[in-house]
Amino acid sequence: MSLTLKIAVTHLLSRRRQTLMSLLGVMLGVAFFMAVSSLMRGSEQDFISRLIDSEPHITISDEFRNPPEQPAAREYPGAAVAISNVKPKTDVRGIRGYKQKMDWIARLPGVRVAPVLSGQIILTYAGKDEGVLMNGVVPEMMTGVSDIEDKIVAGSLEELSANPNGIIIGRALAKKLNLKMGDNLTVSSPVGLIRTMKIVGLFETGVSAVDEGQAYVLLKRAQTLLNRPDRANLLVIQLDDPYAARAVAARIEKRIGYRSKSWQEASENLMSVLLVRNIIMYSVVSAILVVASFGIYNIISTVVMEKRRDIAILKSMGFTARDIRRVFLWEGTIIGALGSLSGVSVGLLLMAVLNSLSFEPPGFTGAINLPIYWGLDQVLMACAFATASAMGAAYFPARKAGMVHPVDILRGQA
Amino acid sequence: MTEVLRAERVTRVLPGEVPVTLVRDASLSVSRGEFVSIMGPSGSGKSSLLYLLGLLDMPTSGRIWLDGEEVSALDDRRIARIRLEKLGFVFQFHFLLAEFSVLDNVMLPMAKLGRLNEAERRERAARLLDDLGLGDHIRKRPDQLSGGQRQRVAIARALANDPLIILADEPTGNLDSVASANVRDILSALVHEGNKTVLAVTHDPDFARAGDRQIHIIDGRVETDEVNGG
Ligand SMILES: Nc1ncnc2c1ncn2[C@@H]1O[C@H](COP(=O)(O)OP(=O)(O)OP(=O)(O)O)[C@@H](O)[C@H]1O
Ligand SMILES: [Mg+2]
Repeated sequence: MSLTLKIAVTHLLSRRRQTLMSLLGVMLGVAFFMAVSSLMRGSEQDFISRLIDSEPHITISDEFRNPPEQPAAREYPGAAVAISNVKPKTDVRGIRGYKQKMDWIARLPGVRVAPVLSGQIILTYAGKDEGVLMNGVVPEMMTGVSDIEDKIVAGSLEELSANPNGIIIGRALAKKLNLKMGDNLTVSSPVGLIRTMKIVGLFETGVSAVDEGQAYVLLKRAQTLLNRPDRANLLVIQLDDPYAARAVAARIEKRIGYRSKSWQEASENLMSVLLVRNIIMYSVVSAILVVASFGIYNIISTVVMEKRRDIAILKSMGFTARDIRRVFLWEGTIIGALGSLSGVSVGLLLMAVLNSLSFEPPGFTGAINLPIYWGLDQVLMACAFATASAMGAAYFPARKAGMVHPVDILRGQA
Repeated sequence: MTEVLRAERVTRVLPGEVPVTLVRDASLSVSRGEFVSIMGPSGSGKSSLLYLLGLLDMPTSGRIWLDGEEVSALDDRRIARIRLEKLGFVFQFHFLLAEFSVLDNVMLPMAKLGRLNEAERRERAARLLDDLGLGDHIRKRPDQLSGGQRQRVAIARALANDPLIILADEPTGNLDSVASANVRDILSALVHEGNKTVLAVTHDPDFARAGDRQIHIIDGRVETDEVNGG
């Protein structure tokens, strides 16, 4: 053991109670840091994985990111061309030639694609109206790109193929309208068509906006109801690697022109909210460690004051200012490191307790466990921050100790 | 005889609104194997002179040589190293580290110097303490010893790195007459049998008479410097 370390340990052991208190401070800081961070990060991950699972990884819609260039501007780039009041050609809304585009997309590695035609319709039953978003899908293809199949609690997606007049709605909506499996209801489309459709399935995603506001029908039926034959207005894509979505979306958009939105882009607002939330959380938990480091500053300052005679004699013996500083930096480091270690154990314990709690959040149906992130990075971060702030707290008293002049002390004594 | 310490016109002024001159134009030379006592009235500047000669303080003007090397212009680190290798201090108060055992206290300077390994340090410290009659107390803490015993531990610590010169500031100032005589005899023996050089500030005429030479300081100035019995 190095000499300075030995002196440091001796100092700490001679003030057991104070040492213990500052250890406790660091321990609690680290433990809370871990508990809060694991909870926040866990819920963030849970949130993102829900997002990835429930939303398509990439959605291609029938819009363009930038308005199409005018032919004149294309012909004379950089020229002072301005033709005002050019009205775009009226067009049937939807993705043009979606089948060929899908063929190209489907050949990309690790990519599955399905067409959707969605639009608002009104469901009517027993005098009650509900506006819902109708998704026209091809059941076999939808299975590959969405987890809707897993969310179906009665009937199945395939029933749609068997019964072109079938419709699948959320269980929550069914409950609201007092409908059950096999019931008929009336569907009115924005182009004025009215059909009677039969409930062939019920789904439950746990997200009430979806469970009360969406419905699935056959793509062909949707095309008729919305009077858009042979069109789809969305291509939804699922990837083997969800995190490749941004790159794949860019590639697709470059090729086919239509706006291709990755899930990351679609939830950019949420991502920035998550970021802000993380910043707030880390500031708060770090504050605990900063408070703990005041405790360390306190004990080390006290030791420096108390040990001025020792410092004087050590210096007169031939210890340098650096040796003396090192003694007190060691003290901070020891408290930081030991506090971190015990903090990690307590933190893991807290995380296990949190993990075992379950509750029913509003907007979700059914109880869930608190999602806990178990990653090592946050543990390292807590320990690094705790040790660094402990050493930082030790630095100032240590510097002061290094500057003690033996003659000043000796004169005071003699 | 070889000169181990030499001061030439050393002056130390404490700066301030009213500057205080602690040591004025002091010149002296100490040879190897001498036992020199520094005497003088209280406040005359004896301790201040000792701090300068022990490289604990820097002179405002004048030069100091130690073991042939001019030391008044060296930086702090170098000076700390010289103190570690060549000087040993004994003060009126023992200044032992309270949390360390007697043995550990004596081993501290050796550990800092790092020339001996742990076992050798332990052995040397134990031998030094044994020579000073403390063989039975090496595991004790300083507060379990009498004043005289503590002062002997401090002497053992000063001897730890086999220094060229031992500088003592009223080493018997806090002791009764028996303990004083004991410490005096130890220092005297170090000089006359161990070929050490001792420079000791004292108020005790008996102590001063035990040495080879007495330097009298008055008002920061070397007033007389005479060999005993001469
Ligand atoms: N920090 C200081 N500020 C002002 N004057 C000081 C300071 N330190 C010491 N002095 C003065 O310097 C002079 C020399 O002090 P020093 O301690 O060297 O005397 P001394 O001979 O060792 O005295 P004593 O025998 O009492 O130990 C004294 O007059 C003292 O009052
Ligand atoms: Mg004095």
